[in-house]
Amino acid sequence: MIAQLASRLLQAIPVLLVVGFLSFAIFTYVGDPVSIMLGQNATPAMRIAMRHALGLDQPFLVQYWRFMARAIHFNFGLSYRLALPVSQLLLQRLPATTELVMTSAVLALAVGLPLGVYTGIRPNGFVSRSIMAGSLVGVSLPTFLLGILLILFFSVLLGWLPSFGRGHVVDFAHWSTGFLTVSGLRSLILPSITLGLFQMTLIMRLVRTEMLEVLRSDYIKFARARGLAPRVIYFGHALRNTLVPVITIVGLQIGGLIGFSIVTETVFQWPGMGLLLVQSIQNADIPVMSAYLLLIAVVFVVINLIVDILYYVVDPRLRVGR
Amino acid sequence: MSAAMRAPAGEHAALLEVRDLRVEFPTRRGVLRALDGVGFTIARGEVLGVVGESGAGKSLTGAAIIGLLEPPGRIAGGEIRLDGTRIDNLPQRAMRQVRGKRIGAIFQDPLTTLNPLLSIGRQLIETIRTHLPLSEGEARERAIRWLEEVGIPAARQRIDAYPHEFSGGMRQRVVIALALCAEPELVVADEPTTALDVSIQAQIIALLKRLAAEHGTAVMLVTHDMGVIAETCDRVAVMYAGRIAEIGPVREVVKHPSHPYTVGLMGSIPALDRKVARLTQIDGAMPRLSAIPSGCAFNPRCPKAMAVCREAKPELRPAGATLAACHLYGAAHV
Amino acid sequence: MSATVRAPGRLARAWDSDLAWSFRHSPVAVVSAAVVLACFIGAFGCNWLAPHDPFDLASLSLSNSFLPPVPLSGSSWSFVLGTDDQGRGVLSAIMYGTRISLIVGFAAIVLALGIGITLGLVAGYFGGITDAILMRTADVQLSFPSLLIALLVDGIVRALLPRGAQNALELYVLIFAIGIARWPQFARTVRGSTLVERGREYVMAARVIGIGPARIMASHILPNVLGPVLVLATINLGLAILDEATLSFLGLGLPPTQPSLGTLISNGNNFLYSGDWWITVFPGIVLAGMVLAINLLGDWLRDALNPRLR
Repeated sequence: MIAQLASRLLQAIPVLLVVGFLSFAIFTYVGDPVSIMLGQNATPAMRIAMRHALGLDQPFLVQYWRFMARAIHFNFGLSYRLALPVSQLLLQRLPATTELVMTSAVLALAVGLPLGVYTGIRPNGFVSRSIMAGSLVGVSLPTFLLGILLILFFSVLLGWLPSFGRGHVVDFAHWSTGFLTVSGLRSLILPSITLGLFQMTLIMRLVRTEMLEVLRSDYIKFARARGLAPRVIYFGHALRNTLVPVITIVGLQIGGLIGFSIVTETVFQWPGMGLLLVQSIQNADIPVMSAYLLLIAVVFVVINLIVDILYYVVDPRLRVGR
Repeated sequence: MSAAMRAPAGEHAALLEVRDLRVEFPTRRGVLRALDGVGFTIARGEVLGVVGESGAGKSLTGAAIIGLLEPPGRIAGGEIRLDGTRIDNLPQRAMRQVRGKRIGAIFQDPLTTLNPLLSIGRQLIETIRTHLPLSEGEARERAIRWLEEVGIPAARQRIDAYPHEFSGGMRQRVVIALALCAEPELVVADEPTTALDVSIQAQIIALLKRLAAEHGTAVMLVTHDMGVIAETCDRVAVMYAGRIAEIGPVREVVKHPSHPYTVGLMGSIPALDRKVARLTQIDGAMPRLSAIPSGCAFNPRCPKAMAVCREAKPELRPAGATLAACHLYGAAHV
Repeated sequence: MSATVRAPGRLARAWDSDLAWSFRHSPVAVVSAAVVLACFIGAFGCNWLAPHDPFDLASLSLSNSFLPPVPLSGSSWSFVLGTDDQGRGVLSAIMYGTRISLIVGFAAIVLALGIGITLGLVAGYFGGITDAILMRTADVQLSFPSLLIALLVDGIVRALLPRGAQNALELYVLIFAIGIARWPQFARTVRGSTLVERGREYVMAARVIGIGPARIMASHILPNVLGPVLVLATINLGLAILDEATLSFLGLGLPPTQPSLGTLISNGNNFLYSGDWWITVFPGIVLAGMVLAINLLGDWLRDALNPRLR
């Protein structure tokens, strides 16, 4: 198992190098950092000096190497727009995005899994059919529109929940959390529903399909023939067998959650990395875009590793060498 | 013999009594009758073989008895009694206490009947604890004893292993342990050796026969292998197109078959102790459920078919030492 | 003469084909097709059908701004769905906006199809190192959400363009960004089918008699992969329209002078808190309804072309 994980890690390296290369190319060739840092009125001599100071006169591979070396130390230079270190900007916003994405993922799983099991067990019931029809709407409703509608209903019309920001946050060293205050938790409700609904419907539909498949299998029939209680059959036997594909999709969907957190954060003015990215793109703030790309790639590689480890936990057939 | 077959419900002479069982599948093109008036009994400790071609209704009969017909299949008539009590119309909850506890089941393919994600110990323990008031530790000891009994070497070490760590034959031994671990009175074994290597088949059948004898368990052994029937069973039922064609003691059915279909079936088995010029074969194929001929279903293929065979369904009647559903025996036709 | 006899015969055959049969017997498919058709007619007939021209500045009057939809008090039958902050009719704006959304969606999918089919055929047919490089690239890209890819491509291209040209070219930038973000799925599907077809005897035979790879791919392999590609394209069309709407909503898509459905929703969002909900909600309903209908059509098509799945 250790060897297999190590090989997965090795496979991730080319991916990171490619993304790193793209990130580097964007950083170096798209932004023209010299004019942006010196302004339009710089003399040619100043430009050459600046190019030298930034290492832009070095050979291509040397520049790439230096970029990656700096990236490993989480040094991406200064934001053009805010003139602050990019790493500092991202780290400030990391807690907000992490808490939002995690809450949405937990919500999507906590609701999607049981609904999927239920609709899989009773595929023809009225409740199941209603849930399935509703889930189609959930798949087609764009994230930002859902957010707007939730704001319209629960903030503007009913006035129950806040429509923007994180509320009061509590700081622990570098981490600011909204989990510990009432206003923080209230602020989290609408954004996490907005972000999680799509993944919830996806997980539900997937679990349902897998349940239908597994419930037809011989070992479920044999479990029934042994007189086991339905609860044991559904949750102890069937659900466990649906988990491998579900884990794959959930892993992929956490990537999707991070992607769509950009939209949700914009709708709710949530001070996370996604909002920062949108503002950076609007202002052609290249260093932030390039750093975000690389950071997201690292996050995805880590998620894929966790997914692999979970496979081994769930499926004994993969645990070779016992 | 025939008296035992017709034992009234009150006498409890038989452990299992199936009477006039009809199973139907509603389809878009009308209702298909897959079992049509199947009736037989199994006594305590008796091994009944059920043979027939694929689609004759052998497995369906087994599924109906354990109450696990695949929807939309349903029991449309007749009754199934276990020790005198009807079990075909029990509510789900009550039927669960019959399955596993009083009637065990063994399925065809051991590669797919065990849950791949649970250790064999877990599957045994959960079955034992579902039916017997034992603690986790006691159930585990019992599970180990059963694994030893079905011949799993080093059972105590291997109880926490997963199904994929066993060979096909070993897995079928585990399946047998699972079917018997709550000491049921009857085991329905549906083609238990079909999916196994030929070299393993005899071992599994011998194991099943020994365990049934030791624990006094009755067995309904569904197979299409007459060799297995001849070696293992006390009596045999021959099925054709959803009905029983002939039923009787194994020796009689094999040596002196009465129904023309049984005669053909026996003629198609190579015997090692006899020199036969050529094996006979039955011309044609068993009809599909949607196109069962009127009268005796076998009449288009029957070498001895008469006019009455195309008109009336024959009932089981004494024919020599067996019961046969054929107009050749008895004069009760219209 | 013979042509006039054959034409209805062909029509009758099309009507009797499995696909048409399954369409007529699926109420969901019929309703979805009707919705999509209505969107098309409204969008591409907007010059004639729309009650007002939202781009005709002369006809706009600020005194008409923020009119509520019929039948609320203060509404006007001349603006059935109300008006926005500049006095534009919401209904007319939706019709013009739908046209832009559909154009961007279609063009992006055509681009993704072109890239995906070409690269998929090449990868599947030639195999080896070409295949490895193309498919690894596709894998890496697929591990990112396509919205994120579109977002970054859009951002990079904008940064490369001269400031003044950005608004004028934004339509093409959007099409490019969304198309680029969606090619790998098509390439994968086409490659998979190509691998299967390449091993078939008729392809072998074509190679033996000296037909070049380009012609084999175009005339022998391509027709066999079109079914799954069509299904994928339908479902991706809905997603591409959502991508465009999302980018425009984020302020990274079409400018307010050239509003798509996403731009309209984004614009209306500014007035949500003052209770002028109709500026946002009606374009939102049209967007969601249209995408839902396209998705349902895609689902139906997949089932109809794949009898095994039923």
